[in-house]
Amino acid sequence: MSSPSQPSTADTGAATRCPVASADIDASCRLPLVIFFLSAAAWLLCASAFGLIASIKFHAPGFLADSAWLTYGRVRPASVNCMLYGFCIQSGLGVALWMLARLGRTTLAAPWLVIVGALCWNLGVAAGLFGILTGGSTGFENLEMPGYAASLVFLGYLMIVVWGVLTFHQRRERQLYVSQWFLFAALFWFPWIYSTANLLLLRLQARGMAQAVIAWWYSDNLLVVWFGLVGLAAIFYVVPKLTIRDLHSRYLALLTFWMLVLFGSWGGIPASAPVPAWMPAWSVVATMLGVVTVISVFLNMRRTLGGKCLLFMRDPSLKFIGFGLVSFVIGGFTSAIMAWPALNQVTQFTWFIIAKGLLNSYGFFAMVIFGAIYSIAPQVVGHPFPFPKLVRAHFWTAAAGILLFVLPLAIGGILQGLKLQHADIPFADITKGTLPFLRASTMGDLLMAFGHVLLLANVGGLVFQFYRARAVTAWREATAEIQMTEVRL
Amino acid sequence: MNYGPLVFLAAFFALATSWCGFVLTSQLQIGRLQQTNTTSGATVTYPVARPGLARQGLEVYRANGCAYCHSQQVGQSGTVIEISLTDAGTNQAATITALLNLAQATNNEATVWTALPALELRASSSAATNLLSGLPKSFLRGSDPTAAKAAVKALNATSAKAQLLIVPIGPDLARGWGKRRTVAEDFLFDSPVMPGSQRVGPDLADVGTRLPNVQSHLVHLYAPRLVAEGSAMPSYRFLFEKRAIEHGPSPEALVLSGKDAPPPGYEVVPRLAAKALAAYLVSLHAEAPLFNAPMTVASAATSTPTNSPTSSGIAATNAAPATAPAK
Repeated sequence: MSSPSQPSTADTGAATRCPVASADIDASCRLPLVIFFLSAAAWLLCASAFGLIASIKFHAPGFLADSAWLTYGRVRPASVNCMLYGFCIQSGLGVALWMLARLGRTTLAAPWLVIVGALCWNLGVAAGLFGILTGGSTGFENLEMPGYAASLVFLGYLMIVVWGVLTFHQRRERQLYVSQWFLFAALFWFPWIYSTANLLLLRLQARGMAQAVIAWWYSDNLLVVWFGLVGLAAIFYVVPKLTIRDLHSRYLALLTFWMLVLFGSWGGIPASAPVPAWMPAWSVVATMLGVVTVISVFLNMRRTLGGKCLLFMRDPSLKFIGFGLVSFVIGGFTSAIMAWPALNQVTQFTWFIIAKGLLNSYGFFAMVIFGAIYSIAPQVVGHPFPFPKLVRAHFWTAAAGILLFVLPLAIGGILQGLKLQHADIPFADITKGTLPFLRASTMGDLLMAFGHVLLLANVGGLVFQFYRARAVTAWREATAEIQMTEVRL
Repeated sequence: MNYGPLVFLAAFFALATSWCGFVLTSQLQIGRLQQTNTTSGATVTYPVARPGLARQGLEVYRANGCAYCHSQQVGQSGTVIEISLTDAGTNQAATITALLNLAQATNNEATVWTALPALELRASSSAATNLLSGLPKSFLRGSDPTAAKAAVKALNATSAKAQLLIVPIGPDLARGWGKRRTVAEDFLFDSPVMPGSQRVGPDLADVGTRLPNVQSHLVHLYAPRLVAEGSAMPSYRFLFEKRAIEHGPSPEALVLSGKDAPPPGYEVVPRLAAKALAAYLVSLHAEAPLFNAPMTVASAATSTPTNSPTSSGIAATNAAPATAPAK
């Protein structure tokens, strides 16, 4: 069985139909990807702005307090939803579609309908943001967008994904590369969990704690499984390609895939949740088994690079992806260790949870996607980035920002949790004790926001350059003097 | 795996198992919960649906994202047995001797009984008479049910009435955040269910017992730092109306002081949303003894644990003293 072990060399062998040239594939993806990446970068900036407002409220509780729209309990979910649905899923879909087209050696199916889907998705996220700010939040974490916005988002996703599946189906290269398993699974994972959560929580309204269980199940499937599937697909694609090496083992990747989909989807129920005891117990076991996923990814990547981890520093995109990989490994181990009930008892309800969540959604997923965007966007548009130095600057601000956000909150959270175990420490003192750590994390927020400005400048500049060049050519052609040539019949 | 359908089946199988496990089974197991009887002796069903205003308050709680800072899940690390006297009986000297004998056993076998502060007083001379005042009072704490039964028997033999109490313990409960751990039944009639994941502010599972006063909740919502100094809670002034006093001051006007007080001739009155939110907070109770969260209520007659605020006045009698909400 000839199995492609390196994404770019898979052009020989069993290809039944003539593969499409890379340039044509990129051309077919161009407009959808430009829309995905540009709007994702814009949402990211939006998320930062709301995140900063929420963060400043810990410095000055009176900040913007008189406005119902900007109260902490609305700004924070607004920030999280802009981040998850505006940036993470949207840019992840862009990267996924491009990888599916490239790996299948076929053009993107029906790019125009993908564009309609992307517009629908963005409209949905905007409606959701409006809903949250006006007090229409559903009250379920990571699923705050009200029903009307959720329908739009769902419709947009379906429109995008149907053509993704069709692209996958009409591939010219029949051999599947590792990344394609992950992407194909991710494509239909989201509609299932999103429709389940929205139907059972908003339409049919499950009774009592069943609601919370479903909300936890949804969050875990989105943040661990969907992010894991798309993020790892990008890692398995970009790292071998940019380092010009073969992926070490397809079978190790298969183990990663199975462990992620089988056990990743069972996590998420907090150990202390007031539900039947088997649920958190099973969640603890599944989360601990997540260590196998992490180790298999780590070994695979280490052997792919032949131990030369410094290769990651060679290319700006690889830097982002290397950082994402490290976050994935650290985050996975932390989750597994902290799932242990005695330790979970300490970190539950503290800022540690927030730090761990950000390490996964931003340190791992967003960083990998940044790397992928920085590597894909110039190829798709056919131009280098207008400000290559800003790419490096973005990496360092993002890396410093994540460290400044995650470390203080993790330490502060553990201290907060330890103090919560002692009833003789007044609660007000515990909250006060976390404030210095929160203030440090605001610096991290600021740095990350600055990085988002750089990203938007680069992606926006790239797109602007490309379309200006096109417009100039078109203008020249339109206004060129008509060459009078004699036509002889 | 070189075939698309195979990948699809693999992922489908994985997601289907977790879907059946957590979505379907939680529907069957938790979604079908019914009201149960409390174990307090009287046949009281639990939970009782919240009154209308409190239900509206749940919507205010949801819309303003209170759950991002306040959890509603109290945990407990276990239960202990306490020996309490409800009646000193006629032969008080014998009762005291019996108690001290039990406490003496404490010194010999430290694992059986721990003397509670009420019994520690015995060292001083006047304590003997104070010892049996202010019953019912818990004297001993332990974890061995056989020893507890023997102790109750020994005390009852002296004409006193001793009672064996099952008391949940844990840091959350020691803070006065509840009487027992939160169970799924507590949320049965709420939608959306917002158990919360953060404790930026104190847990609210039992706040209606701890702080039964609607007016103090309103003041706290309007000016958090007036009630709890240094509180990180944002003020919710948009739930209130500052208006000129026209035909005499409103009975609903908040009593404010310091820089939060309105200028002379003005008053601050709660809008419907604020009143609803306060009604919801006051309706939050997690103190009914249930089969799956056992505890003994000191004397069943004085406590009627329900979810409605009407009972809160009575229930608050054996609650921890109401302190500032930051505790």
